[in-house]
Amino acid sequence: MALDIDKVREVAYLARIRIPEGDLEKLRGELNNIIGWVEQLAEVDTEGVEPMTSVVGGLEAPMRNDAVTDGHCPEKVLANAPELEERFYAVPKVVE
Amino acid sequence: MSYIVQGETGDWEVVCGLEVHAQAISKAKLFSGASVEFGAEPNEQVSLVDAAMPGMLPVINEYAVEQAVKTGLGLNAKINLHSVFERKNYFYADLPQGYQISQYLHPIVGEGTVVLDLEDGSTREIGIERLHMEQDAGKSIHDRDPRRTFIDLNRSGTCLMEIVSKPDIRTPEEAGAYLRKMRSILRYLGTCDGNMEEGSLRCDVNVSVRKVGETDLRTRAEVKNVNSVKFVMQAIEHEAERQIDVYESGGEVVQETRLFDSGKGETRSMRAKEFAHDYRYFPDPDLLPLRLDAAWVAKIEATLPELPDAKKNRFMRDFGLSAYDAGVLVAERETAEYFEAAAEGRDAKQAANWVINNLAGALGKLGLGIGESPVSAAGLGKLLDLIKDGTISSNIAKKVFEAMMETGDDPEAIVEAQGLKQVTDTGAIEAAVDAAIAAGENQVAQYKAGNQKIIGWFVGQVMKATGGKANPQTVNELLRKKLAG
Amino acid sequence: MSDLTDLTIAAARDFLAKGEVSSRELTEAHIKAMETQRGINAYVTETPGIALERADASDKRRASKDLKGAMDGIPIAVKDLFCTEGVLSTAASHILDGFTPPYESTVTRNLRDAGAVMLGKANMDEFAMGSANVTSHYGSVKNPWGPKDGKDLVPGGSSGGSAAAVAARTCLAATGTDTGGSIRQPASFCGVVGMKPTYGRCSRWGIVAFASSLDQAGPMTRSVEDAAIMLNAMAGHDPKDSTSAPIETPDFTATLGQGVKGLKVGIPAEYRMDGAPDEIEALWRKGTETLKAQGAEIVDVTLPHTKYALPTYYIVAPAEASSNLARYDGVRYGLRVEGGTLDDMYLNTRAEGFGAEVRRRIMIGTYVLSAGYYDAYYLKAQKVRTLIADDFRQAYETCDVILTPTTPSAAFAIGEKEDDPIAMYLNDIFTVPSSLAGLPGISVPAGLDAGGLPLGLQLIAPAFDELTLFRVAETLEEAIGFDAKPEGL
Repeated sequence: MALDIDKVREVAYLARIRIPEGDLEKLRGELNNIIGWVEQLAEVDTEGVEPMTSVVGGLEAPMRNDAVTDGHCPEKVLANAPELEERFYAVPKVVE
Repeated sequence: MSYIVQGETGDWEVVCGLEVHAQAISKAKLFSGASVEFGAEPNEQVSLVDAAMPGMLPVINEYAVEQAVKTGLGLNAKINLHSVFERKNYFYADLPQGYQISQYLHPIVGEGTVVLDLEDGSTREIGIERLHMEQDAGKSIHDRDPRRTFIDLNRSGTCLMEIVSKPDIRTPEEAGAYLRKMRSILRYLGTCDGNMEEGSLRCDVNVSVRKVGETDLRTRAEVKNVNSVKFVMQAIEHEAERQIDVYESGGEVVQETRLFDSGKGETRSMRAKEFAHDYRYFPDPDLLPLRLDAAWVAKIEATLPELPDAKKNRFMRDFGLSAYDAGVLVAERETAEYFEAAAEGRDAKQAANWVINNLAGALGKLGLGIGESPVSAAGLGKLLDLIKDGTISSNIAKKVFEAMMETGDDPEAIVEAQGLKQVTDTGAIEAAVDAAIAAGENQVAQYKAGNQKIIGWFVGQVMKATGGKANPQTVNELLRKKLAG
Repeated sequence: MSDLTDLTIAAARDFLAKGEVSSRELTEAHIKAMETQRGINAYVTETPGIALERADASDKRRASKDLKGAMDGIPIAVKDLFCTEGVLSTAASHILDGFTPPYESTVTRNLRDAGAVMLGKANMDEFAMGSANVTSHYGSVKNPWGPKDGKDLVPGGSSGGSAAAVAARTCLAATGTDTGGSIRQPASFCGVVGMKPTYGRCSRWGIVAFASSLDQAGPMTRSVEDAAIMLNAMAGHDPKDSTSAPIETPDFTATLGQGVKGLKVGIPAEYRMDGAPDEIEALWRKGTETLKAQGAEIVDVTLPHTKYALPTYYIVAPAEASSNLARYDGVRYGLRVEGGTLDDMYLNTRAEGFGAEVRRRIMIGTYVLSAGYYDAYYLKAQKVRTLIADDFRQAYETCDVILTPTTPSAAFAIGEKEDDPIAMYLNDIFTVPSSLAGLPGISVPAGLDAGGLPLGLQLIAPAFDELTLFRVAETLEEAIGFDAKPEGL
């Protein structure tokens, strides 16, 4: 299923990566090369095969106790922020 | 109950489903050890995991899972021993990971049912499609700065239970009853505090309309953020009308997300996105599948409290209450418990009346919840005892109750202090009766002429003379005897 | 005493124990080597101050006989994918500009707790995506075995800085991470030992995620014994990582010296690729004969889905990466490129912050997960992945360990294969299948190609059987006796 230009544009937006219009065609070619290559999987018979859900089989999700053991560290959480206002992260105005 | 909207082209019915987002009661977040307490300083209750720092990983809070299972059991739903956390991918400023960890193909709870108690005393079953666990996003604050949106991640990662109903709801009233019932069940279970103001219970409504008689569903709109029973009902009414207008003017309803404007009581389309959302769900590779032990689930089941439906049935059966009264009493667990304590060993119907009418009315005026009532269940019980043993009359009891609401004092003490004890001494009453008869020659004549109602005048005189404390029954008996004589 | 920068961890540890050298001396020698070797660009950040501080602390502990562990006083490099407290951690990406984590990854914390001394943060492919270390925002790493014919060579990737740093004797060992071969392939290209443990052996907490179901940290050293010593310090169950295996960590050095008598070594027919260079075939044969001569039984095994491993990997890894890298959005840390709206800010930040290969993989991953394509690509790949893991399970019914070449060629020149992503991906053809199955693997330097460049042999063991892996690897290492070094060292 080769990607057309519109699909490349859509995928780039979903991934929030700006691609200049002039680069779309080249990128489309690169992506289609890779997609065409991975499509050889279609020839594998996977009838009745379960998809892998955990790498080293048989393990189940561990769980932790409901205790407050973390947080209360705004200095750590905010230390690397590109823009801070008071104790908030700040971003361009969002209109809902 | 039916809700038919008459349009120009015929009769329409409304089809609704509700998605309730209930914040599970827990100390810590679903995947991190940060506190979930409401009202902290901005970004105070945020761990490195909640802020999605590079390399941070989620670990499941067992109690949150227990709460979801408990809720599922309370909704008579199937508990899935195998469930999977998946990532729902989208970008938003208050979604630090760029994805929400949620459940998609394999939710922890499957189908169940909720029974609605409707105004007319009838009941109706609404199907539950599923309950899944997910992490909440942070909060975007748009009104603190003209050019910036501020992000507070305190809520980020809090455990939500999303409870999705089947599209079984047909009227705004049913939707309201559903939300009230859901809140009631969650509060009984202790799995969500149901506080809609603080956002621990939020609601989205899916609305579509169709011509009466149609069996297929038409396109639905999802109305977001309808966060009170009243708003849910308003939003459905408005949205149904809007959709009918669209169809009747030859248009088509588009599947979209709409926002409820509580100020205007309207829904409006959210800003159209350049591309539709494509959430790209896939199993979260940071978390292994969740597997529950059937014995663990059974243990949780054994600890479930009596839920509103069972309690209501018991109240009707054991106390002979009407469906309506029983329904009102069980809506809040605290009310039901208050009632049972007050009714214990007493006339339950009388107790129910006092709780539903006098107590609820008085608390309503004071803006208090039953948990904050100045009159305790034991106090109300004592008051009922004083009526029963003839110490006070029902009328005096209302006075005593008012005083109890004001002071919180014991009813016996109030009766004593204010000298409200009923006069049962026939000598004293007889004297008052004689005085009344002597004073009312006219009235005696009327009575003898056959005007039975005039006896009320004599009762009034006697009561006046005894300060209302004379036992009305004794007064009546004496009057009839003496007037006849 | 021999050159302080040409020791194994084991030898250095002995010298330290005997008091013949201090950790400060050892560390200073490596700081100097790091400076003289700056031309290979193996480090993104050098941390000599921290190194000396920790070396002195180690010497103090030694003086008071209060040693922390087997790595006490040993200077190492740390791949820049590991978050290190108070030290710039960038994953070699522009988008993590200036990011200084207020936390330490579990693996580097474990190493610190064992007394290891961090010399600096090793260069790598951006977000560990690459097989040549040419995608780093901080420039390519040069293989210390080059230049050749006037051209600088790649060190392999993505742990290219770690491999080059170990090969160039600028550290005694380095941490690496392996997603599809990122430890083993550069180890092979640089003539060092690179070991990827079983998925779940080392905690992923605090390691910048590339593909969560594949990422695994491991040691890069100059001997098999060193790899075992270092893994002892790195591994262990971590309750903060839900995929960390809740099992005991054995002493990985326990089986060293036991030889291979009675063990069955499997040779998978499917790893014999058409058009592979003869010298790769020859090297593999040499490894087979060597183990046979040491008393192992050689058996043929079959891994029928091998040829589908790479395409499977190039669906699964980008899919997970596309989601893992969504958090780099310019809001809480790292680079922000302003825009008028929130969306513009995202689009600008991520376009400028990610390099071409990372962008490409995010796009592929986004596409294979998108509505209408999920079943055909992602779900299909996860099913094939099950088949690949089953292949290995069946093979281990008839053998104890599998022997293959590590790479289909020796190191190539910087600039080669850069225009052809698939040709670049083929570098990992022998390492990816075991990654998909989560199995432990090790690359041991085993010879030189016609041009005098190192080549490695790979051993793959069943899940959590690192003890057999180290045992066979050490036997192979010993018997082959690889002792070549890059020129000038």
